[in-house]
Amino acid sequence: MAMKFSENADRMDVRYVAGLARMALSDEEAAQLQGQLDDILAFIGELKQLDVSGVAATDVATEARNAWREDVPERGLEHDAALANAPLARHGQFAVPKVIE
Amino acid sequence: MSAPLHEMGFLDAADALARKTVSSAELTAALLDRSEQLDPALNSLTWFDREAALAEARAADATRAAGDARPLLGVPIAIKDLLNVKGQPCTAGSNVLKGYVAPYDATVIARLRAAGCVFVSRTNTDEFAMGGSTETSAYGPTRNPWDVARVPGGSSGGSAAAVAARLAPAALASDTGGSIRQPAAFCGVTGFKPTYGRVPRYGCTAFASSLDQVGPIARNVEDAAAVYQVIAGLDPRDSTTSPRPVDDVLPAVRAAKDLKGLKLGLPKEYFVEGLDPEIEKLTRAAVDQCRALGAEIVNVELPHSRYGIACYYILAPAEASANLARYDGVRYGFRADAEDLQEMYEQTRSRGFGAEVKRRVILGTYVLSSGFHDAYYLRAQKVRTLIRGDFEQAFARCDAILGPVTPTPAFRVGEKTADPVQMYLGDVFTVNVNLAGICGLSVPCGFTAAGLPAGLHVVGPAFREDLALTIGAAYQHATEWHRKQPGI
Repeated sequence: MAMKFSENADRMDVRYVAGLARMALSDEEAAQLQGQLDDILAFIGELKQLDVSGVAATDVATEARNAWREDVPERGLEHDAALANAPLARHGQFAVPKVIE
Repeated sequence: MSAPLHEMGFLDAADALARKTVSSAELTAALLDRSEQLDPALNSLTWFDREAALAEARAADATRAAGDARPLLGVPIAIKDLLNVKGQPCTAGSNVLKGYVAPYDATVIARLRAAGCVFVSRTNTDEFAMGGSTETSAYGPTRNPWDVARVPGGSSGGSAAAVAARLAPAALASDTGGSIRQPAAFCGVTGFKPTYGRVPRYGCTAFASSLDQVGPIARNVEDAAAVYQVIAGLDPRDSTTSPRPVDDVLPAVRAAKDLKGLKLGLPKEYFVEGLDPEIEKLTRAAVDQCRALGAEIVNVELPHSRYGIACYYILAPAEASANLARYDGVRYGFRADAEDLQEMYEQTRSRGFGAEVKRRVILGTYVLSSGFHDAYYLRAQKVRTLIRGDFEQAFARCDAILGPVTPTPAFRVGEKTADPVQMYLGDVFTVNVNLAGICGLSVPCGFTAAGLPAGLHVVGPAFREDLALTIGAAYQHATEWHRKQPGI
């Protein structure tokens, strides 16, 4: 399990990628994550050594197939139960800050 | 005087309840007393409600008195805090789900409830099951009952520690890259990850959907098999579940006394630099024991093993980044106050998620992003095919594979938290089983000089749970390691 960090590993813009995932980072967090993610990218970059030409991709490992069920209506969560965990509910609906100016 | 009630295993408890030598209320109360006494030092539980648990237990006792003879009626079980149990909190070890109360039962819970089990407590987990030490939980780290300065493993460290400390006879857990087997090995208990598609995940908080699988942690293989038997099988609410019938494995597990006629593979790639010498010695002794029980030990090769961790740490974060998009502060859980919607999303997620979850969501977002998808995600999916192929070829030469579960015994709390890559390397022997979608069992196989448990890994082909479990049961028939208890 010796680690060999490639010197030409990719480096990501941590703040930008965090923004894509709807997260805002403090300066301290961004600095720490940058170092750690640099290490991780160098480590996972090891896969680039492997020749995978002609190999099919696996998305699910076992017996994946299209699963159909009978088109029969089923009761879901009751309205009140679905709203019970809402941080804010109004008029029987989930309420959020204003979207349109 | 007979042994204390908390020492009863899962099926021992079922027998005692059937013979009416103990009531579910007495047993549940004994476990809760012990939890109140010991768990402040272990932090293996995130929640229990004494009155609610006792009410469930008394109800089980009442229906038994009225003639109900379901074999698991009134047997207590602990549940990893990422499975939904209606009316109980379900936090997944995250601040973002603080205050969330499950409005429905996960399928595995509904099945255990139908069997009559009592949900006695909820067990700690790394946040969203992302970790190998239970240190990333927003509710603080769990401690290893064999040495409280050390981690119990993870992510199901709470389940493993609670079962080892006799706070519950068995627990449900989940395994995405080793999260059942590694903590079971670190805590000296038995852990079983069934084949992908064998156990429904409906109601199990999703981490990486092509890898997640629910399974039991218990005192021995027979108890683990009994829990597995109840939770396995097709579920219309999880389209990945297999329509294959679930055969009753318990008779074969109970009858397993030797390994005659079985070929067990030993991969040379699992005995390499980085494997702790004491763990290697204990694993080899366990392999010798299997040989003495009649198994033929054959050498096999898993040449792509070394790429497993890199492959896993692309695919699992990618899937996690998509699954965790749902924590937006709109429908449940924590919401940060904000002026507009965009800021609400960002503040909710930034304040709700801990460092490891952020790290993986960012990594997953990156490997899926335009321009990098093919270089990372697609390539990792192809490597996954090679890893599957390794196992297919190995299983052409043997019935099951043996090896160590972990490269080291339990490490110290705080030892690896600053270095994620070091933490990830601890998954080296377990992740490939998830990537290949096959089943894996961890059984206790001895102790290091410092008194820390080690686990023997029994890896079976897809849908051959019966093989993995009967091999583990025969090993436990011949050994006493699984009977050892931590002195807490």
